[in-house]
Amino acid sequence: MTTISLKDVKKSYGNLRVIHGVSVDIHDSEFIVVVGPSGCGKSTLLRMIAGLEDISEGEVCIDGKVVNHLEPMDRNIAMVFQNYALYPHMSVFDNIAYSLKIAKTSKAEIKQRVQETAELLQLGDYLDRKPRQLSGGQRQRVAMGRAIVRRPSVFLFDEPLSNLDAKLRVQMRLEIKRLQRQLGITSVFVTHDQVEAMTLGDKLMVLNDGRVEQFGTPVELYQKPRSIFVAQFIGSPSMNIVPVSEGHRLPNGAVVDHAVPKPQHTGELSLGIRPEHIDIEPASDVRFLIEMAEQLGANTLIHGVLEGSSAPLVVSLPGLHTLESLDASIGLRFQPENCHWFDTATGDRL
Amino acid sequence: MEKRVTFKGWLLPLLLITPQVVVTAVFFFWPAGQAIYQSAFIPDPFGLKSQFVGWGNFQFIFTDPYYLASFKTTAIFSLSVTIVSMGVALWLALMADRIIKGAATYRTLLIWPYAVAPAIAGVLWLFMFNPRIGVVSWYLDKIGYDWNHVLNSNEAMLLVVLASAWSRISYNFLFFLAGLQSIPKSLVEAAAMDGAGFWYRFRTIVFPLLSPTTFFLLVVNIVYAFFETFGVIHTITAGGPQQATNIMVYKVYSDGFVGQDLGSSAAQSVVLLFVVGLLTILQFRYIEKKVHY
Ligand SMILES: Nc1ncnc2c1ncn2[C@@H]1O[C@H](COP(=O)(O)OP(=O)(O)O)[C@@H](O)[C@H]1O
Ligand SMILES: [Mg+2]
Repeated sequence: MTTISLKDVKKSYGNLRVIHGVSVDIHDSEFIVVVGPSGCGKSTLLRMIAGLEDISEGEVCIDGKVVNHLEPMDRNIAMVFQNYALYPHMSVFDNIAYSLKIAKTSKAEIKQRVQETAELLQLGDYLDRKPRQLSGGQRQRVAMGRAIVRRPSVFLFDEPLSNLDAKLRVQMRLEIKRLQRQLGITSVFVTHDQVEAMTLGDKLMVLNDGRVEQFGTPVELYQKPRSIFVAQFIGSPSMNIVPVSEGHRLPNGAVVDHAVPKPQHTGELSLGIRPEHIDIEPASDVRFLIEMAEQLGANTLIHGVLEGSSAPLVVSLPGLHTLESLDASIGLRFQPENCHWFDTATGDRL
Repeated sequence: MEKRVTFKGWLLPLLLITPQVVVTAVFFFWPAGQAIYQSAFIPDPFGLKSQFVGWGNFQFIFTDPYYLASFKTTAIFSLSVTIVSMGVALWLALMADRIIKGAATYRTLLIWPYAVAPAIAGVLWLFMFNPRIGVVSWYLDKIGYDWNHVLNSNEAMLLVVLASAWSRISYNFLFFLAGLQSIPKSLVEAAAMDGAGFWYRFRTIVFPLLSPTTFFLLVVNIVYAFFETFGVIHTITAGGPQQATNIMVYKVYSDGFVGQDLGSSAAQSVVLLFVVGLLTILQFRYIEKKVHY
């Protein structure tokens, strides 16, 4: 039973402010993913929760208690580091048992708990090995084991999968999710990979340049992105953003279907539409000049521009298509219910 | 795969190694050969002729209670110098590793003593502890302690240990600091998250990972204490009082050049030659397998 809340947390290194006031409430057993481009402050935020970094302003509370001045060792938090940070001179057993020894657990119990943990992570056969004798995936598991074995109240993960190859990454992603469900421990997971974020998180926090762009469930972020940044960051391939002028006009002068609702707004507008929400409609005014096709198997991504302009657009069509099987210029229809409107100047959703 | 430079001919490589070979021959092989040769003779005090005695000189020194005492003195001295200088250096390095602001100044200041020649360092400490005019002995006198290393053997030993250790701290500090900084921060952080306090982390993570550095310094410092502390001993105690600080290297000098017993002195040099050889082997062994964990 652990909740975490951040209250207007800020962080500066000298005059350089890297976290500009983050507030969030994390409920018990929740799996939160902090996602954002590299250098946006994800690790810094995580390390402040861990106690490895001083908090410049604001409060970090665990179970309602302010922990700003508690040492990392007094917070009962376990963390998995990006480079795993395994103790190179200790065996896998000793790595996992380290925290238990500190907690003065009895020898018998240490043995039993390490063995249990090793079983859970399929590390049973490797307990006598040193970290350098393990593969990347196994090291990752040892790091997980070290976190799990002490039954902490919070798990923190700092891009733990980024050093693994693609296949192993998908496998470990599922494993982490399964373990977190099974153990029910409140977790914060940091990644720059939006697919990882979407699949893992109960809720996502999109961080941009030290500010929270949006906090919500993956579906909320996908369906109602609060800014152009979130719209383009979440979802793969990313959302098309097309400038729209007076009277529903696209850059090439074509008029978007009047069924697409346009908000009452003065100023520059942008229309956001995901590639998978665009259909072919031969009779449409919106002409699309095809430049390239990427076959992904289940669907095909068509890259091109709106005819008569240089505005790029990506369309995702179900099934397999090639440049030859399609006309050079096709008519498109934007699904009205899936159109998003943004203020071009501020990037905010309208 | 080994990366090495290969030369086509043999003239250039020969030319390149000649200076080193000449220096080694003139300053090492020749005197070493002389020492081994002379250790088998007893020259008369005027150096006019010498008499062959075979192992005689060695038999003499290994039954000489003064020489055996010098062995013990050397062991105590080297061990104390090594422990004090490495201990203090490690402690300073731990502190320096933690601070961020002003670290550069702090490091520079700590490196200065290394630039002081052993004999000068000896004089420095000699002045501070001079029984009559030394500033430290004056303060000791104030608190009721009568310091006199000229008469008291333990005090003499303490003083030469301090002076020798002091000039070595900088060197050890640099290596320890480099060693500490090569330990990934995340390991120490992981240990902190696992619940380890500063000392527990030091004992279980930092110190073991520092062991290659520590071992290297151990050998280097023992070699230093054995052979390079001559200047300190010479300026502060000249081996006295009652031979209390007469370490092996100094005894070679005092027996040979002061006592004019060249045969025994040469035999002692040969013993030292063996010690150097042993320490060198130890060190090369270490360099071969750098990683101990
Ligand atoms: N110790 C530090 N001193 C100064 N700046 C730092 C320090 N650590 C991180 N930063 C800066 O803070 C910003 C956020 O870093 P970080 O949290 O590591 O980003 P992320 O994990 O999202 O890639 C970066 O611009 C980085 O340069
Ligand atoms: Mg990071």
